[in-house]
Amino acid sequence: MNYVFQFGAVWRDFDQLLHGVWLTIRLSSMAMVVGLAIAIVGAQAKASRFWLPRAIAHTYVEVVRNTPFLVQLFLIYLGLPSLGLRLSPNQAALAAMVINLGAYATEIVRAGIEAVPRGQIEAGRALGLKWWQIFRFIILMPAFKTVFPALSSQFILVMLGSSVVSAISAEELSAIAAIIQSRNFRSFEVYLVVAGLYLALSLAFEAAFGAINRLLFGREGVRS
Amino acid sequence: MMRELTLNEVWFLMQAVRWTLLLAFLAFLGGSVVGLVIAILRVAETGPWRLIAATYIKIFKGTPLLVQLFLAYFGVNLLGLRVDSWTAAALGLTLHSSAFLGEIWRGCIQAVPLTQWEGAKAMALGGILRLRLVILPQAFRIAIPPTVGFFVHLVKSTSVASIIGFTELTRAAQMVNNATFRPFIVFAIVATLYFVLCWPLSRLGQRLERRFDRDRHQTIATWA
Repeated sequence: MNYVFQFGAVWRDFDQLLHGVWLTIRLSSMAMVVGLAIAIVGAQAKASRFWLPRAIAHTYVEVVRNTPFLVQLFLIYLGLPSLGLRLSPNQAALAAMVINLGAYATEIVRAGIEAVPRGQIEAGRALGLKWWQIFRFIILMPAFKTVFPALSSQFILVMLGSSVVSAISAEELSAIAAIIQSRNFRSFEVYLVVAGLYLALSLAFEAAFGAINRLLFGREGVRS
Repeated sequence: MMRELTLNEVWFLMQAVRWTLLLAFLAFLGGSVVGLVIAILRVAETGPWRLIAATYIKIFKGTPLLVQLFLAYFGVNLLGLRVDSWTAAALGLTLHSSAFLGEIWRGCIQAVPLTQWEGAKAMALGGILRLRLVILPQAFRIAIPPTVGFFVHLVKSTSVASIIGFTELTRAAQMVNNATFRPFIVFAIVATLYFVLCWPLSRLGQRLERRFDRDRHQTIATWA
């Protein structure tokens, strides 16, 4: 092997890569917030007394969890225009990430809600709490505490998975890496640096989620 | 020239399923071998081995599969070997799955009750023998449901290999779409094919998990 590594070409464009890091953070954070909202609705629908919301939520979760993210992305970006809905690459990427995360997080949140003992909800009713108070203090927050670690790792998986949206040239780190390597032909070096940036990103997200967990749920939250 | 979407095109897509499956099997095979070593190192008594295995898992779980595939693709090229997307896809996905399987199986090895480790030690079984005769057979049973679940993830992940030019189901879909320009129907067919592959496996994984859970509860119940 007589290859000379040249990272100089990569450092020259490093500020662009950093901008890509920011775009990835922005894209995945937005997907997290909206995806989580969908998950809460989805988990409620799965626990519904009526069969229709249950069936819809069940189908949504199973279809999304058993097809690849990339195919979902193509279906939204390339397929939807023929039904009259044209999205820009960035919008399509965000939509695909939200739909994908929403399904996985629905399952996670549902598991958390199921873990809340029935007796506590009945105790809440006996104390005369309103339904939304029961939902918020007795079901949602304890459920979140239980599933927080699972949710955080799902978020990180979605953040890493977002690299795939470069396939429709939505703006994020991998797409910028693709542009840079097509200009300087230092493909291996560029992707090595990009791998390091993603690793730093996932470690940073991990640390941030750990801090949020401690902040929200106190010291015991660390373990659960 | 525009082609119509006929049964020929659908047949072409269905034939591409074998490349998706073959790649998934290859990556699973390679990932199992490396992953088992990683899992065993991860529970080794020597600190440095544990650290090496933990770092390996962190790196490959903390970077996107797409970037790993690019690094495999361009890295094989640097070594002076002819780049072909087969080698790169198989190598990249092997590394990816070895980290996930290593982490999953570590959990399964550690789920074997401590008394079993101590019992084996009391029988004067040393390191390798203890693992081979006492721990791994029991861990194997615990590992089946999550491993089936991971295989579903792997089948879906092979779609990312289409971005580095490996012709599997998703790439075949892009080719058919480029020729027929019927994106919605093409990607819907492909999503259905993935669903048909993945859904039964997902169900199997869930069923096994429930059955093993029940068995475990039963054993505890009979002991108590």
